[in-house]
Amino acid sequence: MNSGIDLQGIFIKSLMDLGLPPGAAKAIWLPLPMFLMIIGATVGVLVTVWLERKISAAAQQRIGPEYMGPFGVLAPVADGMKLVFKEDILPAQSDRLLFTLGPVLVVIPVFLSYLIVPFGQNLVITDIGTGIFLWVALSSIAPIGLLMAGYSSNNKYSLLGGLRAAAQSISYEIPLSLSVLAIVMMSNSLSTIDIVQQQSGAGILSWNIWRQPFGLIVFWICALAECERLPFDLPEAEEEIVAGYQTEYSGMKFALFYLSSYVNLVLSALLFSVLYLGGWNFPIPIDLLANLLGVSETDPWLQIITASLGIIMTLLKAYFLVFLAVLLRWTVPRVRIDQLLDLGWKFLLPVSLANLLLTAALKLVFPFAFGG
Amino acid sequence: MDLAQGVQIVSFALLSLMMIAAALGVVLLSNIVYSAFLLGGVFISISGLYILLNADFVAAAQVLIYVGAVNVLILFAIMLVNKREDFTPLSSAGLRKGATALVCAGLFVLLSTMVLATPWSASTASVPTTESSIVRIGQHFFTDFLLPFELASVLLLIAMVGAIILARREYLPEVLQTPKVQQQVLTLPERPRELVPAISDSSTLTSTKGDRN
Repeated sequence: MNSGIDLQGIFIKSLMDLGLPPGAAKAIWLPLPMFLMIIGATVGVLVTVWLERKISAAAQQRIGPEYMGPFGVLAPVADGMKLVFKEDILPAQSDRLLFTLGPVLVVIPVFLSYLIVPFGQNLVITDIGTGIFLWVALSSIAPIGLLMAGYSSNNKYSLLGGLRAAAQSISYEIPLSLSVLAIVMMSNSLSTIDIVQQQSGAGILSWNIWRQPFGLIVFWICALAECERLPFDLPEAEEEIVAGYQTEYSGMKFALFYLSSYVNLVLSALLFSVLYLGGWNFPIPIDLLANLLGVSETDPWLQIITASLGIIMTLLKAYFLVFLAVLLRWTVPRVRIDQLLDLGWKFLLPVSLANLLLTAALKLVFPFAFGG
Repeated sequence: MDLAQGVQIVSFALLSLMMIAAALGVVLLSNIVYSAFLLGGVFISISGLYILLNADFVAAAQVLIYVGAVNVLILFAIMLVNKREDFTPLSSAGLRKGATALVCAGLFVLLSTMVLATPWSASTASVPTTESSIVRIGQHFFTDFLLPFELASVLLLIAMVGAIILARREYLPEVLQTPKVQQQVLTLPERPRELVPAISDSSTLTSTKGDRN
């Protein structure tokens, strides 16, 4: 690969020209992409909340937020500001320390998982070898925070919600990991960059969506269950257990739960697009277009176009999935807890095991099509 | 000492401190829920130490298995049991504590001698840091650790299939053999009323309606 535009190198070099030692220049660069990614994730949540309001309104034949900014785009900002300025209530006889620590433990792993979300060949915070496995591991920390919140609230509904969240998360983690494993087996790597690279040969035809139809469905169901979106929002079912583990929370701590659930939804959608929809790839390979037009691939403006197209494609795919999730939430009724566990253990687990076996067999038989 | 080394030393100190403090908390705190949560802290600190040792896959696996599964299971068990019971003070508690302290001190001495006796410097030179640890783990799994790896994976597969079978098993509720006890019909504390037929020629339908009022 040609080196192309190296933002990091240019930034560090210009700081060193100003007279800073190389270590300090590197240390100033390091937090910038992380900060950008956190801002991006938060803005993504605001967009998702706005979409949720508008789509739910459309599903119920309402208009939705309209006067807060053009088309009500400032409504989620108003929501957030309201939560920031609300009083922080500690319920009597609750466990203060655990009560505060619970939301923090839920939020941190979700934001940490953004480390591995790629928006382009080099547009990723870090391309570590464990990649997608890191996401699976980090997403298993959240139930501890939920259990902590449920226990420390000193409220039976909270405790029930926390226990439900933990049970649901444990049950759906296994089929999720197995369907990810099938993808990993095809791309011979856990790194998200390599997974996208493996799908980049022939445009839309080489995306994993054609090679993993069963894994795709299993992954999406499990991702919805892990995010506690509506067909599976048992831990916070209003009609049964007030609001689950969030019952006693208010103000900023509640906002952290709210934020983490939406960040998790966007993250799942992003990873779905990375795993199955070809990540940053345009439906028609860009190299092909560039060759047709006779443009050299080292042209700076071509690289800028490719990078921005990659970001736009990743976001488009992810927000299409977010749209699907929102539509599901407002059209599908909630399952019961026994149906939830039945679906997880009796249906998704065998299907994902069989899918893994089938993928292994296909990989051995057709190594050219299934990543030999 | 450059930036990376400084960060490494500081994070090693922090992680060790966190791990020792959390482990002491697990043992010494009387509230079992705190102990369980602190156990999660111990596991996280250990995974941080693995990252410092360039073993990123082992660190992620540690978080996934110990924090995500084992610790959640422990917490689940504690919260489902929920038995509030005051512990009665044991007789001869001092003797038990003394014996425990003796055993722990003995273990500590044994481990310290092991740490001091092992030549640690041999393994640091040969490891190339460029390739991912997963590749090395995979190579070892399929060459010199093939049998243990296959045995462990078959065992896990059996456990998973067993879980599916347990979940899919249809429970046939046993028919209760006890004769039906004639249940007393519960009625509201009201004066018994005459059934008033709705229409003059009362049919069974209207009388049943009247019963419910």
